[in-house]
Amino acid sequence: MAEPSTTLSPAPPAEAPAGRRAGIGDALRALELDTRMVGMIGALAIVWIGFDILTGGAFLTPRNLWNLSVQTASVGVMATGMVLVIVTRNIDLSVGSILGFTGMVVGVLQARLLPEIWGFDNPLTWVVAVLAAVAVGGAVGAVQGAIIAYLGVSSFIVTLGGLLVWRGAAWWVTTGQTVAPMDGLFKRLGGGFEGAIGAGPSWMVGIAAVLLSVAAILVTRRRRAGFGFPVRPLWAEGVVILLVSAAIVGAVLVVNAYPLPVPVVRRMMEAQGLSTDGGLPFVAHGFAIPVLIAVAVGVLMTFLSRRTRFGRYVFAIGGNPEAAELSGINTRRVMVMVFGLMGALCGLSACIATARLNAATNANGTLDELYVIAAAIIGGTSMAGGVGTILGAMLGAMVMQSLQSGMVLLGVDAPMQNIVVGLVLVAAVYVDTLYRKGLK
Amino acid sequence: MMGAQMTALAMAEPQAAPAPLVEMRDVSIAFGGIKAVDGVSIDLYPGEVVGLLGHNGAGKSTLIKILSGAYAADHGEIRVNGEPVHITSPRDAKRCGIETIYQTLALADNVDAAANIFLGREKLTAWGTLDDHAMEAEARKVMGRLNPHFRRFKEPVKALSGGQRQSVAIARAIHFDARVLIMDEPTAALGPAETRQVGELVKQLKQEGIGIFLISHDIHDVFDLADRIHVMKNGKLVGTARVADVTQDEVLGMIILGKCPPGAIPGPGAAA
Repeated sequence: MAEPSTTLSPAPPAEAPAGRRAGIGDALRALELDTRMVGMIGALAIVWIGFDILTGGAFLTPRNLWNLSVQTASVGVMATGMVLVIVTRNIDLSVGSILGFTGMVVGVLQARLLPEIWGFDNPLTWVVAVLAAVAVGGAVGAVQGAIIAYLGVSSFIVTLGGLLVWRGAAWWVTTGQTVAPMDGLFKRLGGGFEGAIGAGPSWMVGIAAVLLSVAAILVTRRRRAGFGFPVRPLWAEGVVILLVSAAIVGAVLVVNAYPLPVPVVRRMMEAQGLSTDGGLPFVAHGFAIPVLIAVAVGVLMTFLSRRTRFGRYVFAIGGNPEAAELSGINTRRVMVMVFGLMGALCGLSACIATARLNAATNANGTLDELYVIAAAIIGGTSMAGGVGTILGAMLGAMVMQSLQSGMVLLGVDAPMQNIVVGLVLVAAVYVDTLYRKGLK
Repeated sequence: MMGAQMTALAMAEPQAAPAPLVEMRDVSIAFGGIKAVDGVSIDLYPGEVVGLLGHNGAGKSTLIKILSGAYAADHGEIRVNGEPVHITSPRDAKRCGIETIYQTLALADNVDAAANIFLGREKLTAWGTLDDHAMEAEARKVMGRLNPHFRRFKEPVKALSGGQRQSVAIARAIHFDARVLIMDEPTAALGPAETRQVGELVKQLKQEGIGIFLISHDIHDVFDLADRIHVMKNGKLVGTARVADVTQDEVLGMIILGKCPPGAIPGPGAAA
């Protein structure tokens, strides 16, 4: 039990011997990598390798990593929104309940309402369902945000109320009945073998991601050089490109090494009229659709927080609300948008969770608020506001899911799992506090 | 009247009496029944430095927050270049060319200098995204003028020294072609060298025709830099004087006792 909580400590730089520290520090400075982010990735690596050793090699398998990524998707998507909420010195306790409520709404919409209009398995059904979930979630979040921003009720209270209200509303949609099954195309949003895109498309996604990353790095470099600003040394630029590309290609190799189950491959072959006598070919899963959604959300939210006025205002409000107000920023409108965005992401997560379960239940997303908040906090978001990254929160979600999956593989009882996750949360925040003090 | 004469003198244009750059007439604001500012009228001419003096709680910061748009006045009128304007938000004030350097500096500590200088007025690319490079380039220019040795453009401003943070706050105020600059205790947190630097800057901005309100409880600062002073006590204007016409002791009398000396023009708050 103690191992995972100690392995998570993301503070190797602070504890490294003083002599070596300068050399490593210089190299890291040249790379302009975020040391905290490097610490997070290091912690994740330690958790993964630790569990792999403890489980005798059952953790770092394509199958487990693929499942891990799918299980992280729903909380990961919501964690990106929670970062902005916490950065503005607020909290949202209602995300699990909003997920439950919007999940019921999309369930009823696609299983009962839409089929009455255009029958079952219409290709439009999943599109309408997703748009409705995002819209309903966004509206719920915006209403809560408006109460917080314009009526001045604290976000803790408003969303604590929301936690009860929307969980109750989720029950109300069908007076507690579970809605199943989901639309065939919608189900793919939750993963499973129908929800994976296959080997070829995964390579295309991977190559596109590498090209885009390289282009982004080079464009930034050229613009900085054009203004005469200092730029990274060329070797550092090369190392960063290499690291990013290796991570992407590695992910593609992993998901393409996880084969579809034999019966599924046989059925596919038979459906295409191919003979299965000569043995079955290796057919890979490739990336799961919910994971691609989560990654897309992560990229989009990073863009929003770093490259738009909205994101700049969110961080400025977190850093100094009064200064933001005096700068002429409409801080109340920004707050409504932050909570609206949080709600919309809950709607999207509701689609992923409902599709994965292949059913809409009013208990869906119970306790998710705690996992989402924990993911953001473990990912380096400061409760004092003003500090946090989208990537960190997604890594935080990954760390927590890794701990849980690993403990399941080890046969740890569910109550003990909660104890470990709880301890890790506290330990992570403590280490982060030490790290911050070390910076001063 | 006397302000008009003074400006006429300063600008060597005896025939015309131009409208003041800023004029606040009979301004009042109350918080929970307490009149923080009570019927105060002040003015400011181009290229003039006007000191606003008074004890803590005299209402000078509140008055100036009305001008900078942080508070909306209950009563009274504000004119810029003789035109009545409505200032109900910081945005309105900035639109009138009124910029403020707050005593607290009002910086977002977690973002860098350029982000603070352009906060609320970001430069955007053709795509509508933040143009951080262009903003950093301009920040380097304006900071180069104020604080030539400043290099820490990539760090959040909380990592900067007091003087550097002050430079960032000043850069934000002067970068957008301010016509009126409000400086609330600009040297309260600074060492002697940095205080001198701010003094130099005030003189330079004055030469450029910018009008400056200098709020301070340090009477020496004000006598060094200001052309005129307004003194407030208990929310009311005690009086107005040219620095040349009064002594420091007389001004102390205005601040502490509300007593108006012969060289000053008494206001509604002057003691009988």
